[in-house]
Amino acid sequence: MNRPQQGGLAGGTGLFNTRQQTRKRMGSAFAVLCFLATAVGIVFLAVLLIDIVRDGAGRLSSAFLSGMPSRFPARAGIKPALVGSLWTLGITALVSFPLGVGTAIWLEEYAPNNRFTRLIQTNIANLAGVPSIVYGILGLAVFVRLFAFGECVLAGALTLALLILPVIIISSQEAIRAVPNSIRLGAYALGATRWETIRDQVLPLALPGVLTGTILALSRAVGEAAPLIMIGALAFVPFVPKTPLDEFTVIPIQIFDWINRPQAGFHEVAAAASIVLLIALLTLNGTAILLRNRFSRKR
Amino acid sequence: MRNEKEASGWREPPPASPDHSAGMGESSVGNSNVSPADAATRILPQMAMTPVRGGADLRPRGLGQPMAGRRQRKERGVQFVLLLFSAVSILTTIGIVAVLVAEAFAFFREISIFEFLTGTRWTPLFQPQHFGVLPLLAGSVLIAAGAAIIALPLGLASAIYLSEYAQERTRRIIKPILEILAGIPTVVYGYFALTFVTPMLKLIWPEMDFFNALSASIVMGVMIIPMVSSLSEDALSAVPRALREGAYALGANKFEVATRTVVPAALSGVIASFILAISRAIGETMIVTIAAGATPRLTLNPLESVQTMTAYIAQVAQGDVAHGTTEYRSIFAVGLTLFALTLLMNIVSNLVLAKYREVYE
Repeated sequence: MNRPQQGGLAGGTGLFNTRQQTRKRMGSAFAVLCFLATAVGIVFLAVLLIDIVRDGAGRLSSAFLSGMPSRFPARAGIKPALVGSLWTLGITALVSFPLGVGTAIWLEEYAPNNRFTRLIQTNIANLAGVPSIVYGILGLAVFVRLFAFGECVLAGALTLALLILPVIIISSQEAIRAVPNSIRLGAYALGATRWETIRDQVLPLALPGVLTGTILALSRAVGEAAPLIMIGALAFVPFVPKTPLDEFTVIPIQIFDWINRPQAGFHEVAAAASIVLLIALLTLNGTAILLRNRFSRKR
Repeated sequence: MRNEKEASGWREPPPASPDHSAGMGESSVGNSNVSPADAATRILPQMAMTPVRGGADLRPRGLGQPMAGRRQRKERGVQFVLLLFSAVSILTTIGIVAVLVAEAFAFFREISIFEFLTGTRWTPLFQPQHFGVLPLLAGSVLIAAGAAIIALPLGLASAIYLSEYAQERTRRIIKPILEILAGIPTVVYGYFALTFVTPMLKLIWPEMDFFNALSASIVMGVMIIPMVSSLSEDALSAVPRALREGAYALGANKFEVATRTVVPAALSGVIASFILAISRAIGETMIVTIAAGATPRLTLNPLESVQTMTAYIAQVAQGDVAHGTTEYRSIFAVGLTLFALTLLMNIVSNLVLAKYREVYE
């Protein structure tokens, strides 16, 4: 096509000037800008990981994993924090998983479509946006003081369970909603009660989605520090918690404690602990992503 | 309820065992108002038309009788337990509000609410004490604004890239990376802000405070990019193809389709994601506690050290402030302010979504 450069309908001047060249250039520039914007986050992540590995890799050793905290950075270890994190993770999972999935089942399968149900649903959406430190205030007032658990693993784990509950509920609801209705109708037609239908048909199909959401929520709980600062987990803990009622610390709190110390050596230790924490979280998230990919391929 | 009659009518025809059809009619579908029943009502009219095989004589005898006792009791029990589970989320909200309001009420008996909301000095931990929340509020807003300047344009641009430009394969690589970015613990972000970003910034502004708002803002901005990006992308992807094709048919190029058709069509979702991200930034604790310092200061200068509401609460929780004192109760007043502010933003974000959503069906 040889378009007239001037005066024609396309590429001309005046009313019908389509400014092809300028628009094309702007379009390409915009595409590049959008790509660069996406790259910023990725580059930032890379720099962050490299920086932390460079700072902390030298301090990683089995002695670091099995050592007690110390006033001397060269001897400090994260065993109490590691065990504390595992305790917290376990109890948080035990509490939040049944509560979250149960609520999701009730909302999706049982709840009548009335104002009360909508209130619960709105409430859950709003709870998901409450700052984590506010959950810490709640945990401090209710679990530590009112129930008199003290500043222990149980109080921390219950606080974190409440914190991640909305996330588990919302993702479980999505997974349950995605189960086709024909499955339910088929089960009813064979004479199953509603609970039998849910237990034997709906939940097994929704499980990968439910687990993905739960694991992602738990990995958030493992990385949280602010609510645990509120309930008094920030302490020099030179022992490993043995029961849920023992005082404890967790890895993020331990990192925070080390960052706050003036000696430069402790920054290395903080970076090393960050590496441990990141590896744990990447493992958790990786599991969740694998589960989800398998799930989405199946359907 | 409304379809109970129809439902039992529907179940007449098949020569099923009495127990089964009764069980169905009584609990599973008859009482339900949710999806299975809705689907059932859609089938019902045809079903009612089908001739009843064998006539009325073959009616299952159990029809209309209660379900066999054990199964029914179990069904009721399960439903009750699930209802109790759902109540936990309501109790959580009640707990948060009750704790914050009760303790803040005790605080406001000692410090007037007027002084709290309009005072420009916050010095609860040393004499003379002042309880004006504005410096803390300003600190939170300053850092959140800085984070927004970074995260909103970058997040939206990457959402446009992912939704409009990127190929499926690229998306499958980039989205998990952004999820990892969102999953980095905030305490690790804080470490990075303090030990990497601040020294870098000091190369540009050597006179800046070691603890400063700018470093925290930048890192927090990057932290909330994935939130803006993924929520906005959901909104952009929901814009139907027909709109894009219409724009192409009118001669628009990809850039024009993206910026003048797709983004405006998804605007409510995009704005909701902006508000949620800012609310998240205001509620963030660890980055600001670690990198922004503990100096309540009414300032707009991001090179100075400031203290946010969240950082103050964390500071008091770590220290040895005696319980029952005014300064201890102040964390509940500040917490209530923080809770109210973030709740307000979440509600506004939901309203924007509900009110201005374009429904394409």
